Amino acid sequence: MGTNCPDEVERVNHEPLLLATPSGDVLNLRPEGPWTAANVVALETLSRSVGADVDQSRLVTLDMSGVSALDTLGAWVLEKLSRRAASSGRSAEFVGVAEHFSGLMDEVRQVNRNTPAPTAAPNPVLARLGDLGKSTVGAREDLTIFLQMLGALFMAVIGVLRRPRSLRLTSLVYQLYRIGWQAIPIVALITFLIGAIIAQQGFFHFRRFGAESYTVDMVGILVLRELGVLIVAIMVAGRSGSAYTAELGSMKMREEIDALSTMGLDPVEVLILPRVVALIIALPILTFIGSIAALYGGGLVAQFYGDMGPAIYIARLHEAITVTHFEVGILKAPFMALVIGIVACSEGLRVKGSAESLGRQTTTSVVKSIFLVIVLDGLFAIFFASIGM
Amino acid sequence: MDASQDEFAIRVRDLVVGFGRQTVLDHLSLDVRRGEILGLVGASGGGKSVLMRTIIGLIPRQGGTIEVMGQSTGGHGRGAATTWGILFQQGALFSSLTVRQNVQFPLRENLVLSQELMDEIAIAKLEMVGLRAQDADKYPAQLSGGMTKRVALARALALDPPILFLDEPTSGLDPIAAGDFDALITTLQKTLGLTVFMVTHDLASLTTVCDRVAALADGRIVAIGPMRELLQSEHPWVRAYFHGKRSQMLQHEMR
Repeated sequence: MGTNCPDEVERVNHEPLLLATPSGDVLNLRPEGPWTAANVVALETLSRSVGADVDQSRLVTLDMSGVSALDTLGAWVLEKLSRRAASSGRSAEFVGVAEHFSGLMDEVRQVNRNTPAPTAAPNPVLARLGDLGKSTVGAREDLTIFLQMLGALFMAVIGVLRRPRSLRLTSLVYQLYRIGWQAIPIVALITFLIGAIIAQQGFFHFRRFGAESYTVDMVGILVLRELGVLIVAIMVAGRSGSAYTAELGSMKMREEIDALSTMGLDPVEVLILPRVVALIIALPILTFIGSIAALYGGGLVAQFYGDMGPAIYIARLHEAITVTHFEVGILKAPFMALVIGIVACSEGLRVKGSAESLGRQTTTSVVKSIFLVIVLDGLFAIFFASIGM
Repeated sequence: MDASQDEFAIRVRDLVVGFGRQTVLDHLSLDVRRGEILGLVGASGGGKSVLMRTIIGLIPRQGGTIEVMGQSTGGHGRGAATTWGILFQQGALFSSLTVRQNVQFPLRENLVLSQELMDEIAIAKLEMVGLRAQDADKYPAQLSGGMTKRVALARALALDPPILFLDEPTSGLDPIAAGDFDALITTLQKTLGLTVFMVTHDLASLTTVCDRVAALADGRIVAIGPMRELLQSEHPWVRAYFHGKRSQMLQHEMR
């Protein structure tokens, strides 16, 4: 914009300039125009362009009389030039500082005087070892917290058994509504799809060696023993476990939990027990609904893809599965609910002050409870196999 | 460009703001002169923060005009950070960024400058608000209340905006920290030539820092002027505010 502007004064007002006039080993710098943050690109170029001259001069004078506007950034760029000039025994001085800029210039002279030395990057191998050690200690801490929460829940249950009136019935029913009743549509839909997909894969692959009818055995056993409960538990961990962590975490952040404790109430009994009990009641019910939905999905695929009518499907199912298969699946559900509840609630209580910590703890809660649900399922598989169920 | 536009940083005319059927600001008019510190007082829930948030464009208005630095505002577009800096009541620091990154954020988003210069400016701002360079790598969760306010002030001033909005800057600070903060605002206002719009309940700040005080009651500005004039005001709410027991005690001390 500066080049086609006829008026010299206008130009000075729009673009910063830095006139350097060397005389002997004295350098006279004359900044002009607006030295403000809006022109930062020009300011950086200008101050770099005179850098070499500044280094060679014994005395640098900065004539500030031409500066039309100045802010912290502009003042700092000039101050940096003067400090560069003043280093190694040479000297620099400001002249002609307008009165309304002098306060800012004085302020800027004080800053950035003692920058702390940057901390040396740690040895990468040692840092890895340190991380490994920290996570080992962290895992032990996790286990301690899990057991503490289990113990606290047990104590709360004993307390409720002694004084049944202290059970928070309203809260329990509300939690059941939220995590049980409201979860039914999505749980049914997903398990229905999973059942259908398994049946389709079964018919497609078993058809090659004429074992199509065994698809029904596979769907029935897989869904009732493993998949029904596992899928439902994973969904509940993602849906309700994360909600528990976020709720308790934000209550912790806003000191609501501290307020409860100071009123002589046990947060475990008031907040955590209803939530965990609701999970323990809801998860077996959801598992049952999910398993039925999966079997229904398998049946539909059998009719439309496997050319197997409903009557044959049900008859095959009747032969293939026993109550034991159903029991194996449904027995696991309350234990998985307990694990999800304990992890979600204890992670919620570990939230510290910041919003970031809330997010991190919620992620940890979901990841950890899904991991533990799968590990628990594996342990149950070994257990049931060894007792012959 | 007439003289009145140069004289006033913020001009509010006939502003109407309401939520649902409730009118919070009722044809309110207010002028803030350039280079002054204006304190705004009013009952809790009486619309002080609503007025501030309407001026900066966070709350839509139902009527009236707002001019900031001679230009009428319509929402908060990019580059708003160069017009005004805002110190929110709780600081509103970005919790996932360090103190240094918080102060650099407006610089990074609005300007093109080298990382080196950005670091130096951030430290310069932090030192100007009375923090040390060592604090730059802390996260907001590690700061005390007073430090949070200072960092938030440094961030608000990152681009040297001509207008600074302060929402209860001394609330939650102990009297010593509050006094220091008042002194800091006065110093910075003189150094940087700022116009300061301050919502506050702190009678000490009003008396020591503000050039003028505006009293907001029933959705309007019922009195405006230097503290001395407000003390003479006959408006019942203003009298109750400045001549209540607590106020009397403070004013007695200062005489």
